[in-house]
Amino acid sequence: MNQYTERIREIAKTLLREGRVDVVIGFRKASLPYMAEPVAITREAEADQLIFDCNCRMNLANYVTERTDNIGIVAKGCDSRNLVNHIIENKIARDQLYVIGVPCTGMADKNMLLENAEGGITEITETDGQVTIKSEGEEKQVAKADILQANCRTCIRRNPVIYDELAGDEVAELELTDRFADVDEIDAMPPEEKSTFFDNLFAACTRCYACRNACPLCYCPTCFVDESRPQWVGKSVDPVDVKTYHFLRAFHDAGRCTDCGACEAACPMDIKMRYLTRKTIKTCVDRYGWEVGMNLEDRPPLDTYSPEDPDEFIR
Amino acid sequence: MKTIKIKKSEWAGAMDKARNTYRLAGPVKHQDYHVFRELEAAGIPDLEYGDLRISPKTVVMPQSEPMFTFNLDEHKEDHHVLHEVPFDDTPRAVVGIRPYDARAIQILKKNFDTDDYQDPYFLRRYNCCTFIGLADTDPSPTNFSLSCGTGPFDETDLDMLLVDTGDDYIGKVLTDKGEAFAAAAGFKETDAAEADATIAEMKTKAEAQITTGVEYDNIAAMDELTLHQAPFWEEIAFACINCGTCTFACPTCWCFDIQDEVEGKHGIRMRNWDTCMSEVYSRHASGHDPRGKPFQRTRNRFMHKLKYFLDKYNDGIMCVGCGRCISQCPVNIDIRTVCKTMNDYQPEN
Repeated sequence: MNQYTERIREIAKTLLREGRVDVVIGFRKASLPYMAEPVAITREAEADQLIFDCNCRMNLANYVTERTDNIGIVAKGCDSRNLVNHIIENKIARDQLYVIGVPCTGMADKNMLLENAEGGITEITETDGQVTIKSEGEEKQVAKADILQANCRTCIRRNPVIYDELAGDEVAELELTDRFADVDEIDAMPPEEKSTFFDNLFAACTRCYACRNACPLCYCPTCFVDESRPQWVGKSVDPVDVKTYHFLRAFHDAGRCTDCGACEAACPMDIKMRYLTRKTIKTCVDRYGWEVGMNLEDRPPLDTYSPEDPDEFIR
Repeated sequence: MKTIKIKKSEWAGAMDKARNTYRLAGPVKHQDYHVFRELEAAGIPDLEYGDLRISPKTVVMPQSEPMFTFNLDEHKEDHHVLHEVPFDDTPRAVVGIRPYDARAIQILKKNFDTDDYQDPYFLRRYNCCTFIGLADTDPSPTNFSLSCGTGPFDETDLDMLLVDTGDDYIGKVLTDKGEAFAAAAGFKETDAAEADATIAEMKTKAEAQITTGVEYDNIAAMDELTLHQAPFWEEIAFACINCGTCTFACPTCWCFDIQDEVEGKHGIRMRNWDTCMSEVYSRHASGHDPRGKPFQRTRNRFMHKLKYFLDKYNDGIMCVGCGRCISQCPVNIDIRTVCKTMNDYQPEN
C-alpha cells in the first residue's frame, strides 16, 4: 500500500468518526487493475476501500456539484483547481468541503499501460517514479515519466491549491518549456490542413458524451446538444454536428478548463479533444494572463472587464 | 457440411471473388484500431484484429439510419409526403464477426422480429446477411461470454466459423448460406477430421482462457420490485457519469430515437442510437422524468439486461459477455460485479 493510500484512509476515518463530514469522496480499487472507481464512503468501516494511485484519472470535483452535505474529498492538483472554480461558480461552498489534498506526480496513460502488457494487466504498482506492470507471466518496469497522460506532461499545478490536509509531502512542480507546443503546431497549419486535422480528430466520435459527463465544468441542467426546443444541433453522427458539439463545448469551457484530462481519459474512442480546450487555455494565458483555479479571489476573465483588455479584434 | 481451408496469402483474392456475389462487411483498420463496417469497392476484411470497440451490430442497426425523405416546398405536389429511402438488398457477407457478437444479433432480433411487430429497417438488413464468423482464439480478460450462453467458438448463430491457425484459416461450413459463401469465395475443401481436431483443441484452449463469468439463477427467481428497490443501486451507480459509452459499445443495446433533420426545404427522417443513460431518453413531453435521478438510469440499464429481459423471454440475459462495457467504462462499472450483487441479494424478511 502506498503512502498516499494509507494517509487518505486515516484522514477519512477520522473525519467520519468525528462527524466532521457526511461523506468522503475518493477512489477505490476497480475490477480492472489499470482503473480506479470513484466512490462515496459514508462509514468509517468502509474507509479501507480508499486508494490513490496513477489510475485515478477522473476528476472528483465532478462528483460534488450542487451537493448539500459536508464532504471530504480527495483532490489532486487539477481536482483542487476545479474545486476552486466550482466555489467561484457557486456549485459548492468552501465550508462544505474538507479537502484531502494529494500532491500528484501524474496519472498513467491507460493505453500506454495496456501496450506494455501482453495478454492483459494483472497488477500495477508504483515506487519512486517507476511503474511495474504485471501481466500473465511477465513483469515490466517503466519510468512513470514515459507513460504519463498527455495533460500531466504539461501540468502547471501538481500540488493542491486548496486543502485542509495533505496526504503526502508536496512535490516539485514541473519546469515546463514550450508548454503549448501542441497548440502552436495546429495554429501554424494552413486552413485546409487544419480543417482536415479536425475532421480526422473527431471522425470516430459516437457522441456518447463521456467527455462532457466526465467534465466538472459541464453541469448545465440541459446541455445545448440535448435541447429540443429549439434544437440547436442534429443528433446523428453527421460530421458537422459532431464537430459543432466539440467546438461549442470547448468554447463553453474557455477560462474554466484546468486541463485535468478527464475528458480524454473517459473517451472510449481515444479522441484527443484537449486540442480544443488547450487552445482556449492558451488564449486565456496569452490575452489575460489567466490560469483558472489558482486562488479563490480572482474573477474569471469572462465575467470581468478591464479597459486594458486587448481589443484589437474590434474594428 | 464440409470443412474448408484457405491460406492467408490467398485471403484477399478469395474476398475479391466473393465480392462478385456479396457486398462485404468486416473489420478494417481505422487510425489506431479496427472498426467493423461495410467495405468499399476494394476493401478486404482484415481478420488480424483483437477486440472491436464498437460491435458489429452496426451492420443490422447503424448508428444513424435514414428512414424517409421529404420536402417542405409547398410548390411541389408531394410536399410533406414521406418517401421511403431505397435499400440495396443484394446479399451481404458479414465477415469476421465474433461468435458472441453474432449471438447478440439474435438477441436484437428478439426485439425487432416478434409475432406482433416486424421492424422493417432491422429485418431488411438482417435478411440479406450471411454471417461468416471468426473464432476468438485469444479472449480478453473482460470476456465472460461462456457464462452468457455463447462463447469464443460458438457456432450457433453463424453460417460459417473461421479459425485462425497461423498460416491459414480453416472454416466449418454450418448452413446452406455458408456453403453458398464458400462457393462464391472459392474456398477449398479440406480433411474434416484433421480440421475438427485442430478446432477442438484451439476451442478448449480459448475457453480455458476465460476465467470469469456471471450467474443469474437467483435473479430469475427474485421478485422484480424487490430487486428494483434493493439498497445497493445508489452505491453501484455512484461513480457512473451517465455517458452512453456502455450502451453504444454494447452489441445487444437496441434503443433508438427518431429525428427529423431539415436542410433548406429538404428533410430526412432518421433513427439514431439512443442511450438510456441520457436524461433526455426518459423525459416525457410533460417534462416529467420517471428516471430523473442518475442512479435510476444506471439501475434501469442493469435491470433491463439482467432481469426484465430474462423475465420476458426466459432465454438468458440480454448480454453476451463481450466485455466491451467493462473495458470502455470511464469509471470501471463492471457488469459482472453488478450481476453478482444482484444475484447474491438476500432481502431482509
